[in-house]
Amino acid sequence: MPSEHAAPQLDVDQILADPGVRIVVCCGAGGVGKTTTAAALALRAAEQHGRRTVVLTIDPARRLAQSLGLTELDNTPRQVKGIDVEASGGELHAMMLDMKRTFDDVVLQHTDPAKAAEIFANPFYQAMSSTFAGTQEYMAMEKLGQLHARGEWDLIVVDTPPSRSALDFLDAPARLSRFLDGRMLRMLLAPARSGGRSMFSLVTASFGMFSKVVQKVLGAQLLTDLSGFVAALDSMFGGFRQRAEQTYRILQARETAFLLVAAPEPDAVREAAYFAGRLRSERMPLAGLVLNRVHRPTVPALDAEACLVAAERLAEAGGHDSTVDVLRAHAALAQQALREQRVAARFTEAFPQVPAVSVTAQPADVHDVDGLRTIGAAISRL
Amino acid sequence: MRAAERTADPAGTEWPARLHVVTGKGGTGKTSVAAALALALAANGRRTLLVEVEGRQGIAQLFGTDPLPYAERHLTDAPGGGEVRALAVDAEEALLEYLDMFYKLGAAGRALRKLGAIDFATTIAPGLRDVLLTGKVKEATTRTAGQRRAYDAVVLDAPPTGRIGRFLKVTAETARLAKVGPIKTQSEGVAALLRSPMTAVHVVTLLEEMPVQETVDAIAELTQLGFPVGRVIVNAARPPLPAGRPVTAAELRRGLLAAGLPADRDTVAGLAAEARDQWIRRELEDSLRGDLAELGLPLTELPLLPDGVDRAGLAALSRVLVRAD
Repeated sequence: MPSEHAAPQLDVDQILADPGVRIVVCCGAGGVGKTTTAAALALRAAEQHGRRTVVLTIDPARRLAQSLGLTELDNTPRQVKGIDVEASGGELHAMMLDMKRTFDDVVLQHTDPAKAAEIFANPFYQAMSSTFAGTQEYMAMEKLGQLHARGEWDLIVVDTPPSRSALDFLDAPARLSRFLDGRMLRMLLAPARSGGRSMFSLVTASFGMFSKVVQKVLGAQLLTDLSGFVAALDSMFGGFRQRAEQTYRILQARETAFLLVAAPEPDAVREAAYFAGRLRSERMPLAGLVLNRVHRPTVPALDAEACLVAAERLAEAGGHDSTVDVLRAHAALAQQALREQRVAARFTEAFPQVPAVSVTAQPADVHDVDGLRTIGAAISRL
Repeated sequence: MRAAERTADPAGTEWPARLHVVTGKGGTGKTSVAAALALALAANGRRTLLVEVEGRQGIAQLFGTDPLPYAERHLTDAPGGGEVRALAVDAEEALLEYLDMFYKLGAAGRALRKLGAIDFATTIAPGLRDVLLTGKVKEATTRTAGQRRAYDAVVLDAPPTGRIGRFLKVTAETARLAKVGPIKTQSEGVAALLRSPMTAVHVVTLLEEMPVQETVDAIAELTQLGFPVGRVIVNAARPPLPAGRPVTAAELRRGLLAAGLPADRDTVAGLAAEARDQWIRRELEDSLRGDLAELGLPLTELPLLPDGVDRAGLAALSRVLVRAD
């Protein structure tokens, strides 16, 4: 078969079958089929390689979620029934991330119930747990850490959040650490720790000025809430940071395989290349590139130009309208395939050593187990 | 309010708003559409501002320029002497600017930044962050220079459909945190603008199942929240496929022979399979178009630009946009 990549062929089955690989992270730009890819790989790991697999999805399309039996967002892995695991002995479980619930669980784990209740009631906690920039990313990593720590899975397949940038989930733990270590937070904490009534009573002149401004802009109520929030969270900060760092180390370990997911479009390929560079500099194990939605003519020998010329002639002669349509459709497909190869080459030229696999575009969207199985087989083609 | 009198179709186009908020599922090309719209509305001597708020530097990438600063800069000329300017709003900068405006902070503002106070404030209260971002957009939209408005239109490359409701719903977020004070006043001003006829929220989609579903969901959410929805923009629409005439193998073979092309079994079967896939695709696209039409909103289709969106491509898209009805 003619090679479209200078890059080595990505052997997904080898990764899915390797007992040393415990985590597969699918990442890439939005709208490239990340969730479908993650679900298809997880299904294949269970059916073909007999692994006890869980797939952690972030925001699956409704019908895809239903096909996995995920009718509600309950933050617990649910076994997917009706799949073909008799021969392999594998299992597939699936879950959807509930960001707020995961955050609540973290709080509960690190503090006593009374303090937890106080934290949950605080408006800052409510805002932060549902909208903090990076909360979803951080909670996805937190959930991954939890699933991994329980040790009951052979393989965890993770779909990453549809972020502003595909890198957000890598940065979220660091951002949270930075935030928690910030001078600002320590200043806010100082009076709370010393038991002072006014949170700003003990601090420096410039900080006094700041508190004045904050009081003016935001109002005193807000400061009280903020102070309460910070004081209540104080006991948990060490735990937060430790877990974030732990998860980060797991991502760097040999047991993890990152798969970049892209489509042959300029933006998605650029994002994938950026991500590949970033993974390299973070020393994260990049296993390969899955290039989705690639168009491939079934009759490659028939080139677009010749087809169009023939279609033109045939149209003039008349009597073969449906053949004309078919030829024009083929020409369009062949042209698209060429364009896609040029776009994909931008990645493979920059990262020639990264294995890659092209997955042929499906005519319709996938939203059942059979469709996922087809995709899984397509990704694994050798 | 004077602003309201001047909203009716400033560009003499089918885009009767002054602030255009462009959202869409990730990967639908909303940045390109926003840029093409800013270009379209700047034609014939008008001036528009293209704004991004998520720190992605998508505009700079699209136009191949250096990263945009927090300042309004010339981005590109529009046909007929118009101008598109660009701005990347940064929440921290906006907060400093805002504090400075109200409290004349000067050097003290820089001290706040050194302390990490600004980072802290925008991190701990994401609602505050959004008020600052939308607040800056409001300021640019309503700013006047002499007797004229500074901009004929402002186009916002907004957060994606999954976050757009929360992003625009500034009052609810801040009301929870700030019960009184200038931030509250500020957020109320922003909310009033966003819910007025001066604003239109446009949703960009592809003719694919998930983006269409998200479009339908987002429009329901926006409508329920009281934001004026403008258009649905189908991006990257493929050229219409040949009519779905089923073709038999015998028919196809005869046709291929007549055209002097190879007509062996594999070629015939291969071409028939390709045609079948395209027809399935076409039927899916038609049914998705139907779903979008049911929304009862004006619909615009932008063609797929096969070689990606470059400057010439943007101009082509902008011509389709102003023609739209």
